[in-house]
Amino acid sequence: MNGFSFNRLRALLRKEWIQVRRDPTTLRMIVALPIMQLLLFGFAINGNPKNLPTGLLIAEPSQYERTLVTAMRNTGYYDIRLLSSEAEGEKGLAAGDLLFVINFPANFDRSVDRGDAPSILVDADATDPSAIGNATAALGQIATALNRDLPSMRQTQTAAPAFQFQVHARYNPEQLTVLNIVPGLICMVLTMSTMFITTLSITRERERGTMENLMAMPVRPIEIMLAKIAPYIVIGYLQVALILVFSAVVFQLPIRGSLPLLMLALGVFIASNLALGLTFSTIAANQMQAQQLAQFTLMPSFLLSGFFFPFRGMPTWAQWIGEIFPTTHAMRIVRGMLLKGNGVYDILPDLWPIALFTVVILGVAVWFYRSTLD
Amino acid sequence: MTDYVIDVHDLCKSFGARRVVDGFTLQVAASEICGFLGANGSGKTTTIRLLCGLLVPDSGSGTCLGLDILREAPKIRQQIGYMTQRFSFYEDLTVVENLELVAGVYEMTDSGAAIDDIIARMGLGDYRSDLAGHLSGGWKQRLALAACVLHRPKLLLLDEPTAGVDVKARREFWDLIHDMAGEGLTVLVSTHYMDEAERCKRLVYLADGRIVVEGTADTLTRESGIVTFEATGEDVDSAARQLRHAPGVEAATVFGRVLHVASTERSGLEQAIHTYKGGALTWREVEPNLEDVFIHQLAAREQPK
Ligand SMILES: Nc1ncnc2c1ncn2[C@@H]1O[C@H](COP(=O)(O)OP(=O)(O)OP(=O)(O)O)[C@@H](O)[C@H]1O
Ligand SMILES: [Mg+2]
Repeated sequence: MNGFSFNRLRALLRKEWIQVRRDPTTLRMIVALPIMQLLLFGFAINGNPKNLPTGLLIAEPSQYERTLVTAMRNTGYYDIRLLSSEAEGEKGLAAGDLLFVINFPANFDRSVDRGDAPSILVDADATDPSAIGNATAALGQIATALNRDLPSMRQTQTAAPAFQFQVHARYNPEQLTVLNIVPGLICMVLTMSTMFITTLSITRERERGTMENLMAMPVRPIEIMLAKIAPYIVIGYLQVALILVFSAVVFQLPIRGSLPLLMLALGVFIASNLALGLTFSTIAANQMQAQQLAQFTLMPSFLLSGFFFPFRGMPTWAQWIGEIFPTTHAMRIVRGMLLKGNGVYDILPDLWPIALFTVVILGVAVWFYRSTLD
Repeated sequence: MTDYVIDVHDLCKSFGARRVVDGFTLQVAASEICGFLGANGSGKTTTIRLLCGLLVPDSGSGTCLGLDILREAPKIRQQIGYMTQRFSFYEDLTVVENLELVAGVYEMTDSGAAIDDIIARMGLGDYRSDLAGHLSGGWKQRLALAACVLHRPKLLLLDEPTAGVDVKARREFWDLIHDMAGEGLTVLVSTHYMDEAERCKRLVYLADGRIVVEGTADTLTRESGIVTFEATGEDVDSAARQLRHAPGVEAATVFGRVLHVASTERSGLEQAIHTYKGGALTWREVEPNLEDVFIHQLAAREQPK
């Protein structure tokens, strides 16, 4: 057994592939998990909530103001009630009783008539962007609501808007939208399914006693590792395809970048997850421990990835930790490619850290792989 | 260096504070079939694992097939067949698939023919496409046996290979082992079966990780100094019950209608037989067998503790 052997690898690959195929429960989970999560999240993010509690700060409603409030009511998104003070509005937003506070500037009608295009301040609770997304978008449609009320000479000057809404997204200035969540979801589903499956691979062999036999045969650790990873790369791709098609159909997710490039990048990301799972499997004494290790990593890798909290809003040390995890980079790649149509040069800065992570982690796995039973 | 296939000196292995293999020294010549005997927990499995490099000894040194067990374990693995005590093949693979894995890992060029051959020899033909996990215990064992000789190793390390295998399959297996030994294969086999021990060229008896007696089955019985008598007659069962605890008797066992007593002290044993007052028994002296030797060894080990 001098050096790496493709014959041995092929024999091991075949065995792993047969085992994967014969495990219907895992296979079903592999298909069901992404669909279920997409549906679950999709339901939450794709809902089009109406009658959102809205507070209105207004001294004594003028003509224009009344027209606008009525127009907002008519969109169906706003359930408007009058507030007595700004403090009441603040409290309502903080408590979650109000999702919007609308604040008309003083002397609104006069400013409009003078052509000053005054700003109507809309404070929006953006903690759940999907909840307010459509409502905010609807504000655009009522920009022309005043046209009928305006004096005839102003009506002709359509070039300049009579007023504007200034939406102030509170708590979540990045305003994650539906489209922002689906890319994150792709990364999350991939991590969950691929990493968790491989965490069991080595420990399971050890617990079943098959490891002793495998070790007594002339196989190299790297051959065992590669054979364990390979089938799940294929499966990972299957999941990506499933998620993309599903997202495209159900959420009208655009794919602006190159699809082959996206697949390539996701392949690297899948490999990193598998390598991590494999490493846990090698280090852990039993399947339980391996799963716990995986769970401990899953939390920070998502919390610090920019999926839940804006990356730039985190303290520097947290950003550094976040930069280590492949999820962070994968999230940026997928978002950039799907939504912004990023190309290969745009994603390279995020691609190499994932590749490096994979190589290092796989090295750790091979290092910790015990070729004896000690 | 030497012609010995196994040549190890003073191997020691501890798990925590417990010394499991303690100064193990053994030489096995080519095409020898060496039986490995000893009580449960005496260190047989651990020793075999040391020999094939699955465990690293704390101290001691040696060679297998002329290769250093410490430094050249990977090369040793290429040429040995190791059968684990616990079934360690893939239960979700079929018989053929398991064998194909082994053939692939050893990079056999004639794997198809070799697999067909071993399947025929082990009588596994009807189970070719059955999942290994669905086989009965004995058939699993036969699969494991087939797998460990498939790549035609030079040295076989078998850890209780025939536990749970029926008589016919056991005989066939041993015939196979002897055939292969005739072609130059060396075998180290641990067993608790006396009939198998008798088929070994040489026996090694292990206690607390040390060899305490070794030799051919004949020399072991001859040099044991054990005297055995057999009695036939009415009510051998109650005779056995009384004699078992009589002074001068080490063991009294009933085989069917025959009472078998043994001791290392002739006078004490004859005394006990004389003083026995029960139903009428006809006594005659017989040759001690291997089981007497090992029961004696086991008992001798238990006493000091
Ligand atoms: N990995 C291990 N860690 C700790 N103790 C061990 C380990 N392996 C074996 N032992 C201990 O070493 C002793 C010898 O075990 P071993 O399996 O070598 O015995 P054996 O002769 O094969 O017994 P048996 O006839 O029951 O198979 C036992 O007491 C066992 O508990
Ligand atoms: Mg054992």
